[in-house]
Formats: sequence, C-alpha cells, structure tokens
Amino acid sequence: MAEAVLEVTDLVKHYPLTRGVLIRKQIGAVRAVDGVSFALAPGETLGIVGESGCGKSTVARTLVGLERPTSGRIRYKGEDITRLSGRALKAVRRNIQMVFQDPYTSLNPRMTVGDIVGEPFEIHPEAAPKGDRRRKVQELLDVVGLDPEYVNRYPHQFSGGQRQRIGIARGLALRPEVIVADEPVSALDVSVQAQVINLMERLQNEFGLAYVFIAHDLSVVRHISDRVGVMYLGRLVELGSDSEIYDRPTHPYTQALLSAVPPPDPAARAHRDRIILAGEVPSPARPPSGCRFRTRCWKAQERCAVEEPELTVPVAFRGQKGPAAHPSACHFAAERRSVPAAGGET
Amino acid sequence: MPEPQCARPRSVAVEAVAVAAAATPDGGAAPGHGAAPEPGAAPQRRSAGSDGGAPTGKPRGLWSDAWHDLLRNPVFVVSALVIVFLVVISVWPSLIASRNPLSCDLALAQEGSRPGHPFGFNGQGCDVYTRTVHGARTSVVVGVLASLGVALTGSVLGALAGFHGGAWDAVLSRITDVFFAIPVVLGGLVLLSLVAGTTVWPVIGFMVLLGWPQISRIARGSVITVKQNDYVQAARALGASPARIMLRHILPNAVAPVIVVATIALGTFIALEATLSYLGVGLRPPAVSWGIDISDASPYIRNSPHMLLWPAGALAVTVLAFIMLGDAVRDALDPKLR
Repeated sequence: MAEAVLEVTDLVKHYPLTRGVLIRKQIGAVRAVDGVSFALAPGETLGIVGESGCGKSTVARTLVGLERPTSGRIRYKGEDITRLSGRALKAVRRNIQMVFQDPYTSLNPRMTVGDIVGEPFEIHPEAAPKGDRRRKVQELLDVVGLDPEYVNRYPHQFSGGQRQRIGIARGLALRPEVIVADEPVSALDVSVQAQVINLMERLQNEFGLAYVFIAHDLSVVRHISDRVGVMYLGRLVELGSDSEIYDRPTHPYTQALLSAVPPPDPAARAHRDRIILAGEVPSPARPPSGCRFRTRCWKAQERCAVEEPELTVPVAFRGQKGPAAHPSACHFAAERRSVPAAGGET
Repeated sequence: MPEPQCARPRSVAVEAVAVAAAATPDGGAAPGHGAAPEPGAAPQRRSAGSDGGAPTGKPRGLWSDAWHDLLRNPVFVVSALVIVFLVVISVWPSLIASRNPLSCDLALAQEGSRPGHPFGFNGQGCDVYTRTVHGARTSVVVGVLASLGVALTGSVLGALAGFHGGAWDAVLSRITDVFFAIPVVLGGLVLLSLVAGTTVWPVIGFMVLLGWPQISRIARGSVITVKQNDYVQAARALGASPARIMLRHILPNAVAPVIVVATIALGTFIALEATLSYLGVGLRPPAVSWGIDISDASPYIRNSPHMLLWPAGALAVTVLAFIMLGDAVRDALDPKLR
C-alpha cells in the first residue's frame, strides 16, 4: 500500500455521563468508539458498516475534527492532527471534508446555493481569489451535475438528490484529499442513491479523492468500497478488501450481518441460511468484558469473556494466502461456506 | 371593560417582547435576501425555466416567501393598516386632532357629543376625542420601546446561553426562573410606586426588567435547536469561526420565534401600560394615556359611559391589532403550514 493519507491509531471517544446541574459529577461514560485503527491510502475508498449506535458516525466526526478524541491518534500524511487547534487545525481541515447524511438539514435554508457552495472560499480566502469565486462555484455545480445557473436558488427549491449534490459540491470546494461521507445516500430514494453513488465514483477518479464511506446498507458499501471495515459496539471487528469481507467473512458478527441481506433471486430466498442473533446490542456505557460480541455469539466460550480478541489475522489462517486471511477480531474465526452472495455487484 | 384588558397580560405571554410590528416583515425580508440575488441575477432567471422540476420564475428566500404569504392574508393586511394608522397619529396627532389635550373647561364636564367634539367631554371637561388621539402616542411608544428592549436583551442573553451552554446557561436559567416567579402587576405596584415622574421611561424600564426572561428562554431554545442542524456542523467542519456560525447560520434560522413572540407581546405591553396607569403607578397626569383616562372615567360609567368607552375601545382595537399581526406573522413563518 502506498503511504497512507489518513492513519487512525487506537481512536477512542468516550462521552461522559454526568449528574448534577451546577456541580457536575461524572458517573460513567458512553464508549462510543473504543480503540479503532485503520489506514486510508490515497484514492482509496474505505467502507465502514455496522448497525445503528455502533460508533460509525462518531468515527466520522472525529476524523473531520468535529469531536476531539478522548485518546488515540489521527495522522494526516504522517502529521498528528488530533491535538491541533487554531490556524493549524483550520489548514488541515481544508484537506479533510465531510458529506452529511441528511441533505434536508445539512444546507442552511436561509442561504442561496451560491453562498453555501462558496462559503468554504470565504472561510479559507487563500483557496480562491475574490473575483474568481463566483466562477469557481459555478464550476463546482457543473462538476456535480447541477445547472450552474442555480446559484441564486434556495435549498428548499431542490429535491433530495439535488441537495445532496450541493452538499458534495461544498465538500469538494477546497479540493480536499479525503472526504468523509457519513451515510451520504441513506436519506435518498433508491434510484437517486445510484446516481449519487455513481457521481461520487466519478469524482473520485477525477480528483483522486480518498473516501471514508460510512453506511449501513451493505450492498451500497460493497459497490463503492475497495476495503470494508465492520464495526460493532465501538470497535472494528473485521477489516479486509470487499471480496474478503463479503465472500469470506470469518467473524461471526459479519457472517450474521451478511446473512440478513435478502438474495436477489426469490427461489434462493426459501432455503437461505439466516443467522438470527439473540438479544439486543449491549449498552455502550457498560460493554461486556472480553469480546464485545460474546453476549450474542453462538460460538462464545469462557475465553471470550476474559480475553479481548485483537484485530489481526486469526491464528487459523496465518501463513495462508487465500482471501480468508484478513484481520478479524475473533478467537474462533472460521469461514462459513453457506453465506449467500450479499448484495452482489450492481 | 378595563378588566379583561388587565387580565390579558397575565394569561397570555406577558413579559415578552416585540420588534416594532410594522418593521418586522420589512426587516425580516431583507436579511433573507442578503445581497446575493441581485448581482447577475437577471440573465440567470431567464434560462431557469428550462428545468423541469424546479419552480420557474424569480427565486425567493424563505423570508420573502413569508412576506408574500402575509400580503395575501387579510388578517395581516387589516391589522397592519390599523397599526400604520396608529403610528401615523402618534407621530402627528395634530393631523386629525388639532386641539390641545390639556386645555379643558370644567363647565363642559361630562357633556355628551356635540359638533366639533364627537366623543364628548370627560370629568374635567377635556375633549375626549383629542385625548384619545393623543393617547395613542403613549401606547405605541411604550409598546414598541418595551418590545424592542425586551427583544434585544432577551435574545442576546438567551442566544449566548444557548450557544455556549455550560455554567453560563445554568446560571441564566435559574435567574429567569426567579424573574418568572414575580407577579407582574404586584411587581409593578411595588417597583413603580418608588419612582416619581410622568415620563414613560420608568414604565418601559420595568417592562424590560420583567419581560426579558420570556424572550431569553425562547431564544435559548431556538438557538439550541438550530445549533444541532447539520449545516452548523458543516460550517464547523469547514473551520468557520464561532462568530460566523452564530451570525450567518444560527441567528437567521433562530430569530423567527423571537419575532413572533415579540410581536404578540407588543399588544400585551400596551395593555400592561394601561393597567399600570389605571392602578395609578404607570403614567401620571398630566401625561395623556388611555389607561389614565379609563381610570378617571370608571367612577362615572353609569352617568356618562362615553368617557370610558372611547379610550377603552381604542385600547382594545390597538391590542387586538398587534396580537392578530403576531398571529399572522407566526403562520407565515411556520414552515409546517406551507
């Protein structure tokens, strides 16, 4: 892999739980993200999947500097950006931009499209000379497939897909190298999802962008990602290329997740092999000891409660070359043959 | 007749604020537009029609949408006309009443209407018509200034509390609780009886003092709601300064509820001024105020009701106009009704 453009090491974000109005006492913490590490190569797309509340969005928010990590490091091209502030932070922000989930709340309803897409230039005046900005804004609109004449319109005059394009144009304005997309298509109609995904792929080729693509839709993630990370309760449980994860998952949680995807062929639906997980996701304020997934895992044994599995290539597959040999945080990682081809290439 | 007016401040939003009613839609429409639509707008509009889905014609902001809605609302038009009329006669009362409201002739006391004196005379023999017209100035000045004062104080304090949160927010919230616990009329009787003078300033000061917590709460809540929107996060992720986030992203989206409550409260301030003057602690003679006239006339209601009905009617119409205007503005600014 080429030198990573973004490198995350042991990222931890805890939200304190407090009691009291004037004098606050900490009585615990929600461990939203608890030790996540990954690297992102230039021009690569890393998909992050997981169910609601597993910490996907918190990872995204810490990457763009909206939240300060409790501990751990985020390095941009080797430079630690976790503790930056003021001018240095602002400079780094130019290179890591975000696309938001809900295009209905991510655009200020009182600003015109031109003002919204042009705001990055006002905040970072060095990015474009003043007289040039209007033209640049129109170029950006053109790049994302909108009529450049729309600069004077307001967001409420657009459909969801068009709004998401405006959000993407805003993210592109400063020519970042990394775009963190937090469920960018979850709020859109399926037909529009495809358009936006294709637009994002086109932009990636055009500008050499690296994406951190967060979603809960497994087929969308498979379609766009080079590599995929699966999160459960604040931790990455499995990380590998898209075919490794989708065709040869070794972590029980990933297997359960993939088995929930309905196969496109109705005939196959009758005898597919679903894994139904028992129980609820434990509270991130009091995660289980050892392996976090053990409370719902059919393979759990005593060792799982005591010893926390590392995210490395499991012992069983070490030395092998096949697609099953990828990092998976499970003591009993094993392939499960009957996992139906999830999503498939679209 | 004065009783329902006195009761209103307590039951409705007493201590609230208001921006000058007539100024609201104008002032509101302008920031929504910003300077943006104008430069280069004309050539773009023409070609905009080619797009299938998007509306054709001139693009409009939310504020100007609201303004166009208002112009089509008869309630707004009628109340705005009443208010414009009130503002005009309070600036130039001599336009329609050329006599001096303080020149009275005891020989004419309690006389009914006669040519040149359509509303008759009061207990001191003063012309009721002249006094009613001149009394509008007090009401409008008190209502507008108290509302402006309350709106500015309340929204600045409330917005800062909502924006920064933490200890400042906790302290401010407790202080507003303390002010909410003070009964307005009782507070007025105690505080204003300490102040001598015939100007409107002590009355306005008292209203601002007791009125800001209501607006401050509304502004705080509104800022907290807006602060959580993704577009505020997006601006933060871009590296926008707190001042920019506050002025460009939060305030324009948080100000609508404040304007609405302030406009409605303007009416209640006018009623409150009359209440306090009626109780003898607001304005005092020789100041001309509807509250004073109502107070003076109330012992004679059975013999000469005209002395009371004209100022009380003017008061009722004025308060109603401001409250209806506030209602119309609220409807226009509420996106759920679109």
